[in-house]
Amino acid sequence: MSSSCSKTMSCNTEGQVNSIAINRDSTLIVAAGRSVFKIFSVDEERFIERLNLRVGKNLNLSYSTLDIAWNHFEDNILASAATNGAVVIWDINRHQRNKQEFVFQEHKRTVNRVTFHEKEHNMLLSGSQDGSMKLFDIRKKEVGVEFCIGSTSVRDVQFCPCQLSYFTFASADESGNVLIWDMRRPDRVEKQFTAHNGPVFTIDWHPEDRTRLATAGRDKMIKVWDSAKCKLTHFIQTIASVSKIRWRPMREFYIASCSLLVDSSINVWDIRRPFIPFATFENHKDVTTSIVWKNDDPHILYSGSKDCFIYQHLFKDAKRPADLLVPAGLDISTQGIISHACTDKNEKTQTSSGRPFFKKNPGRSEKFLEATSYLMTFCHPEESLSMDWFVISAQRYLLTGRPLEDLLDHNANVAHELGRHQVAQTWEMLKTLYCTNLPSTVVTGHPNLHQQRTISVSSDKMDTTLVKEKSDKVGKGARHKSKADPEDKTLDVTSGGSDEEISDKEMNERNLSNIARGQINPPTDWDIYYGGGENSFLDFNSLADMENNKQPLTLPTEAFHPRHEIASQTRSLEHFQYVTESPASGNEGETSTGTGNTNPYASDKETSFPILTADPLALQFPEWNFKNIVIDMMKYHAREFDVQTSACMLIVLGNRIKSEIDHQVQENWLLSYIDLLGRFKLWSIANEVIKLSYPSPVSHLNQQSTTVHVTCNKCNRQLQRSGWSCDRCKSVINICSICHQPVKGLYVWCQGCSHGGHMDHIQDWLSLDPQCPAGCGHFCEYT
Amino acid sequence: MARSALRSEESLMFVHCLTNRDENVRNHEFEKILRTVDSWINGYGSPVVSSDCIHGQKLTLLQEHIPDFLRLSYDCPFPDVREKCQSLLEDLQSRAKELKMPKRTEQGPSSFISEEEVVPVDTAEDQTQMLFVDAFLQNNRLDHVTQLMGYHPQYLESFLRTQQYLLRGEGPLPPDYRHFIAIMAAGRHQCSYLINLHVQEYILQGGDSSWLRGLENAPKKLQDLYEINKILAHRPWLIKKSHIEKLTKGNWSMSEVVQALILMAHFHSLSSFVYGCGITTEIDHEGGHCYSFPQSTFSSSSACESCSSAEDSSNGNSGLGIDVLMERMKKLTEECEDNITPEERIKHFQTVESQSAEIQTHPHGPSPHEDISRFVLDPEFTYQDFVMRGTENEIPTFRAQDYSWDDHGFSLANRYYSESGSLLDDKFSMAYNLTYYTLGDRKNVDTTAFRRAVWNYIHCIYGIRHDDYNYKEVNEMLERNLKAYIKTVTCYPERLTKKDYDNVMREFKHSEKVHVNLMLLEARLQGELLYALRAVMQHMM
Repeated sequence: MSSSCSKTMSCNTEGQVNSIAINRDSTLIVAAGRSVFKIFSVDEERFIERLNLRVGKNLNLSYSTLDIAWNHFEDNILASAATNGAVVIWDINRHQRNKQEFVFQEHKRTVNRVTFHEKEHNMLLSGSQDGSMKLFDIRKKEVGVEFCIGSTSVRDVQFCPCQLSYFTFASADESGNVLIWDMRRPDRVEKQFTAHNGPVFTIDWHPEDRTRLATAGRDKMIKVWDSAKCKLTHFIQTIASVSKIRWRPMREFYIASCSLLVDSSINVWDIRRPFIPFATFENHKDVTTSIVWKNDDPHILYSGSKDCFIYQHLFKDAKRPADLLVPAGLDISTQGIISHACTDKNEKTQTSSGRPFFKKNPGRSEKFLEATSYLMTFCHPEESLSMDWFVISAQRYLLTGRPLEDLLDHNANVAHELGRHQVAQTWEMLKTLYCTNLPSTVVTGHPNLHQQRTISVSSDKMDTTLVKEKSDKVGKGARHKSKADPEDKTLDVTSGGSDEEISDKEMNERNLSNIARGQINPPTDWDIYYGGGENSFLDFNSLADMENNKQPLTLPTEAFHPRHEIASQTRSLEHFQYVTESPASGNEGETSTGTGNTNPYASDKETSFPILTADPLALQFPEWNFKNIVIDMMKYHAREFDVQTSACMLIVLGNRIKSEIDHQVQENWLLSYIDLLGRFKLWSIANEVIKLSYPSPVSHLNQQSTTVHVTCNKCNRQLQRSGWSCDRCKSVINICSICHQPVKGLYVWCQGCSHGGHMDHIQDWLSLDPQCPAGCGHFCEYT
Repeated sequence: MARSALRSEESLMFVHCLTNRDENVRNHEFEKILRTVDSWINGYGSPVVSSDCIHGQKLTLLQEHIPDFLRLSYDCPFPDVREKCQSLLEDLQSRAKELKMPKRTEQGPSSFISEEEVVPVDTAEDQTQMLFVDAFLQNNRLDHVTQLMGYHPQYLESFLRTQQYLLRGEGPLPPDYRHFIAIMAAGRHQCSYLINLHVQEYILQGGDSSWLRGLENAPKKLQDLYEINKILAHRPWLIKKSHIEKLTKGNWSMSEVVQALILMAHFHSLSSFVYGCGITTEIDHEGGHCYSFPQSTFSSSSACESCSSAEDSSNGNSGLGIDVLMERMKKLTEECEDNITPEERIKHFQTVESQSAEIQTHPHGPSPHEDISRFVLDPEFTYQDFVMRGTENEIPTFRAQDYSWDDHGFSLANRYYSESGSLLDDKFSMAYNLTYYTLGDRKNVDTTAFRRAVWNYIHCIYGIRHDDYNYKEVNEMLERNLKAYIKTVTCYPERLTKKDYDNVMREFKHSEKVHVNLMLLEARLQGELLYALRAVMQHMM
């Protein structure tokens, strides 16, 4: 491979490049545009500027080049097409500074394309905006033959590769036609067909297959034609108008294209797979105007762009968009069936009783075309993926209509019966929290604050060291717990235990850093504080796990201290935020199940003893803001993919919790729950949830598309815009029989004669006359 | 149009029921109108109940509709409606003495062209008549613009299709926005004709009447558009991608921006046409009819009229005769132009450019009426000659070859506002290529050179250069008078007078003059769009 030593490289030409061309041996490249005309040599490492043709004192418009061609035979001869209609022959071996050899001023309008014949190297063909093509003889410096197509502009002309057909060339014009000519017969078109809707910008003959011709244009299509039969064989839809296409040499099906606007990349397509480019070069920053393949080398591509750069692209450096696709899909149905689609059979995961039942397009030699896909479905033999519990819970949960206590009780029972003990416990806890002598704590909470504050000051010196010690212990404790009761996680397939451990660790780390910064550490306090709260209703739990007490025994003072901190800070906003962000929620769910809360309780009892004597009331009725725990718990459930529990709790608790949770979060929970209900076709339950949802965007859901359009009483068309004028019959309808103005509000009419109008007008009228105001003679009756 | 005189939607719709292709339906609807009118005059329907206050109210209601009947009696393509309206008016005059009977103030749709020479509403030309009916059904009126374009039915068809699409077709902007943008755009040239028309359309689309109290009452989104509107109307070369960026960073989507740009450019250039042809106020709009003397033709309604009396002709020279023009065209087509070097071409362009700057137009246009000025911000901002734009490096000449309508503009317009590109493309090529091979009384004349000169001269005014055009031709084809006319119509249309119109293209027929005006419209539209869409593309890159 000759390209092995080359690399992708670029060069700034300092001017927008309209066109580039390479010489016969691909050693020189010329870049031309409105303000640039330079020749570079192609080295292994870089482009080197050899010659600047844009020199001299009178730089006129014949230097502003739209297209450029290099003679196939004589390396020193170039031809350029200028915007002013000039065709210029350049001889780079000329000894003067001005290398313009000759200027043909034959065309009246802009010349769009110049091209040399491959073998007849003195023949130069040009196509111009003025609707003519001219075959120049550069030796004689005169026009040989002229081809005229009338008033439409010629956008491109290309000679057929001469080993295939010596005299043939094709032209494309602005009206979308492609014409095939014999260069000896200017009077008559060989073939003609309409290729595109709108102008054709570019055509290219296939280098090996003489019947194959590609065209592209403003209608964003690349089309490949069988030029013998004028039949479309392949087409590619692109995202923008195509300005240039070039077949890749030595490859049968590959073609490169670049866009006229918006898209600056060069795409190489396999015409057999038209929906995704085979390769893409995205080096340019502005639209690519010109692309040229290195002669007989499919691995190197040159391009020029409006961003002033010319590039040598190496095929191996191209992006392969197909590789970036994710050719696999995965979904799970409500029945627990998983389906999996992928391109490669070997990659599929052989988890369970998978059976591929759909297979198409078996693989081919070339990987790019191997657009095969398999679809597999998996059924889980056991019911572990079944969502029956969801359906049953949804159907049986009570969300409203009874006292809170009953609701919570009922829902806990439902969860119990389904074997979802953790959820059941949560419901029960809510009951405990919300339905037990709540008032006493609230009333008595306040007076204690002052006393606690004084105590905290005295214990301030010790806490930094001790808290550190304690948090370590708690961490261990939590870990121990999660191992101890696996039955709590019967339903959670994911490893909830390890998650909690991590969150515990995180929590401890955060505590430590907080301590280091001299801040207080509420998250750890929660355990203890929670235990403290339990004090008021000791019946809640058995004290079975008393052996755990040994650990907390070593933590005497801080068990008391944090309670104070929280109490004194409950009103500060930062505190609240911090609490809600705390990752401790996982731990909360755990401790609340009954095994964990004994630790803090015990520690509390033991350690706070000296202070209790000072003020026993302080412990008995602390102001306990458990809302945050509840919120954390709800968030925990949502995170564990059980949004049902969170959403139901949210509805049941209603105003008790509403103001504490971010509205966006509430909305998300409710919407996802409603969505899930919809998937299980539980429409009436979904509707009930919508009805009970207070965040307005959710509760408005069932008021959508409830408009009933009236129809026009003449043409029966629905009245979309207003209720009193019909856009089709262009008339005002619902006219009041009395004032002859349209009735825009309530329309009263007599059911006997169908006349009516504004309510007050009809009232006035009937007070004077019993007959119909329209004069139909009916004695109108209104009830 | 006085501020208080905004009519309500239902009032405007009262006679719309007559815009139906089916004559039976029209008859039926007219019966109903007659019955309503009867009941307005006589009070209630059967047993007459005297309720004077309501009766008085009724008559004002009726009074409001009389201009509609007057308009229909002149400008309806259906003969039956014209006759019936005429007899209804006569009937009303005899029956209700309290009613004031208006007369139209202008004779025909244009103050420059006498009514006899304009295509009549009941023209014998089938195609034109069909288009008139289409326009009448589309807009619920046969407006004067359509009537004047009736000279060129092929173009008119394309124009109506495009305008219909822009205002009522699929598109990202809601209908009331579209009409408000039209009002804003027409306001830049104080074109009261278009403003009146679109204020009505705006109300008919259920637009919020409070916006009509002035720009500051319109939503912020529309106010944001004003800067671009201003620049686009007068100095489109100043549009930069930052302007587009500003809009898209606000709450404008890309396709909304493109639609708004096209709408604005359309109505800027349509204003040029309205002034260029001296189009008169619609009969039912204020100023289009009067209640006193029918002879008050020289009322203040038409800005053009008032100016023409004051201005004395300074350029009375008769200009180029058709013979000279034809001879030169012939010479140009025969002439082998290879003796012109490209350097000379650039020089020619610059000469034409700077010559155009030397052309003095009437220094002051009429000061905007208060009704219009509330839609106009910064009225002092007007066209400035492109050569005077300041440092040349900052704003280089726009090269038509680098950003052409066919290649770039079309694709971009279609991309963001589907179909618009094709419709506009159709309209451009129609205006550019339209020819009947006549010039004045001559037949078989190839007018390509003249048309190209007009087109390219307008682009030159906006600093757009076609590399492959020899700008010397502009000077050959367009004499100074005509250049002044073109420049006035394109850049300061509100300053045009009847004298200007009469003095140029003397031997041309009116239809040919209208054709020139159509080319002005399209070339200006294309020029504005090229700048605007280039900015959009730069923004996208």
